[in-house]
Amino acid sequence: MRAARESRLAVAKHNVAEKDDIAGMHLVDYSDPTKLARVPTRDGFGKGLVEAGRRDRNVIGICADLSESTRMEAFKTAFPDRYIEIGVAEQLLAAMASGLAASGKVPFIASYAMFDPGRSWEQIRTTMALNDTNVKIAGAHAGVSVGPDGATHQAIEDIAIMRVIPNMTVVVPCDSNQTVKATLAVAARWGPAYLRFGRDKSAVLTTDETPFEIGKAQVFRTGSDVAIVACGILVENALLAAQELARDGIECRVINNHTIEPMDTQTLVEAARTCGAVVTVEEHQVRAGMGSRVAEILAANEPVPMEFVGVQNTFGQSGTPTELIEHYGMGTKSIVEAVRKVLKRKKN
Amino acid sequence: MTHRNVPSASEIKTLEQHANDVRKGIIRSLEAAGSGHSAGSLDMADVFTALYFHVMRHDPKRPDWEERDRLLLSCGHIAPVRYSAMAYAGYFPVEELLTLRKLGSRLQGHPERTRLPALETTSGPLGEGLAQGTGMALAAKMDKKDWRVYVVTSDGEHQCGLHWEAVMTAAKFKLDNLTCIVDRNFIQIDGSTEDVMPLEPLADKYRAFNWEVFECDGNNIGEFIATVDEAKRARGKPQVIIANTVPGKGVSYMEGDYLWHGKPPNAQQAEEALRELDARGERIAAGRG
Repeated sequence: MRAARESRLAVAKHNVAEKDDIAGMHLVDYSDPTKLARVPTRDGFGKGLVEAGRRDRNVIGICADLSESTRMEAFKTAFPDRYIEIGVAEQLLAAMASGLAASGKVPFIASYAMFDPGRSWEQIRTTMALNDTNVKIAGAHAGVSVGPDGATHQAIEDIAIMRVIPNMTVVVPCDSNQTVKATLAVAARWGPAYLRFGRDKSAVLTTDETPFEIGKAQVFRTGSDVAIVACGILVENALLAAQELARDGIECRVINNHTIEPMDTQTLVEAARTCGAVVTVEEHQVRAGMGSRVAEILAANEPVPMEFVGVQNTFGQSGTPTELIEHYGMGTKSIVEAVRKVLKRKKN
Repeated sequence: MTHRNVPSASEIKTLEQHANDVRKGIIRSLEAAGSGHSAGSLDMADVFTALYFHVMRHDPKRPDWEERDRLLLSCGHIAPVRYSAMAYAGYFPVEELLTLRKLGSRLQGHPERTRLPALETTSGPLGEGLAQGTGMALAAKMDKKDWRVYVVTSDGEHQCGLHWEAVMTAAKFKLDNLTCIVDRNFIQIDGSTEDVMPLEPLADKYRAFNWEVFECDGNNIGEFIATVDEAKRARGKPQVIIANTVPGKGVSYMEGDYLWHGKPPNAQQAEEALRELDARGERIAAGRG
């Protein structure tokens, strides 16, 4: 009894220490979600691309008739000589960018994720990844939170088709601020990369001071009962679920797992070892998505019970973003349920 | 400033001798590989010889030379002709041709730039080369560079939608530094192009897309070089050269037979082909080409 109590105390102390440590994340106070600023992640891409263009004159923008909605418009205004409009031709978007990259440019190509990489997968595999060209793919309007446009425009398979290609960096930033940083990071890092972001306004959780490094997952909340590993705009729901569970004495470690490839094995294995159970959260098919990659890593290194929050092998439909996130089981309540479920399977 | 760059009769004779060597290299490498594409490789031997030995600004000792002309092979399956032409032009030893399609070779079944950078790109999936060439030509324009881009395409890959996306785009950006060469041999794996999916009127299609259109005998080196020379003088428009070729050209038992599109000669067939090519080499040397 006494030993168990001491152990709990030690864990509690450990949590305090970790909480001090995560002060380094410089998050905003998210205790009341109604007070959070809400900005679309695509706005971060627009801002980041202009800054990337300022830093490197070889950065160019190519767009397939979607400059406003992908937010490439700001780059077009700032650098008209470095902006290329090619119309509705997404396969060309990918292949032509590879030619420009092979000639010294750093092309960012922007379309909806459904079309690029959705329509241009083979061009991406052959002319970018196998051919090792320095192209950056910006996939806008990813996830069911695209909303009323419906299933044809809701990319929920894009992480799967991109993470499977060797030599491809895949990044899913959690908010608009992080999308600015991710845009600059992929611009500065040699090699083909896929950056995924969304259409709807979403919570701004990070600040200018929050660090960002490709391949380095971020512990946004400490805890040792269950690890919630999330990416993209659902990091907010993961934090809110953890907040709710904390009221019942369940302390969740929340990890912003923004880099799908190369994934941060160390942070994940450490979380699995400490927490003994993992819930993954993504706005994507659970089959072959971010959570599947986490499972691959943990199965080989630190197998623990897992639950997967995401789209369960179905297509989306029209609706408001919030309705759709709830309907397809990615709301805060679904995450809370997944945590309770995985806790039951956890070995003590 | 333009100047005519048409070879003399004796230069053409030398080029024909090179093309004959290139064909021998194709036969030897395909026979050693035991698989690969014979007909298209052989019919483009004259075009590749012209490009590597006369037309292009390049340096085999400096494949990364910034000012080089870029040559993309969109229809990557005829890689043996490019490899053979490159070997005879001095990019690598001719004997390396015998590593074609073997484990660890730089000469992959379909070209890979990361293994052999002078290839400029990685190709094989059809219809993608012109799109990449359009990107390169646009990059040259943006940087005010005077190097040119040549893209060799098969006629069959003109059935790909992506190719025409690139055709439209090259015209929009007035890429007069871009020349597309079509290996018009009328065959593809399943048979005649006009049976599988008709391409004609091919020249009119390019004209409708605002390209300058040229046609020539793709198995006549002098005529091809003269045509490129004329095409290069176009201003404000990309150019296409429809090079009419005979599939399997140079090896009589293969000529005109689509069944040779995707298979190599066996040892006996290779020996027969090399005998024929040797005899042709002697005729060229004797001035009876």
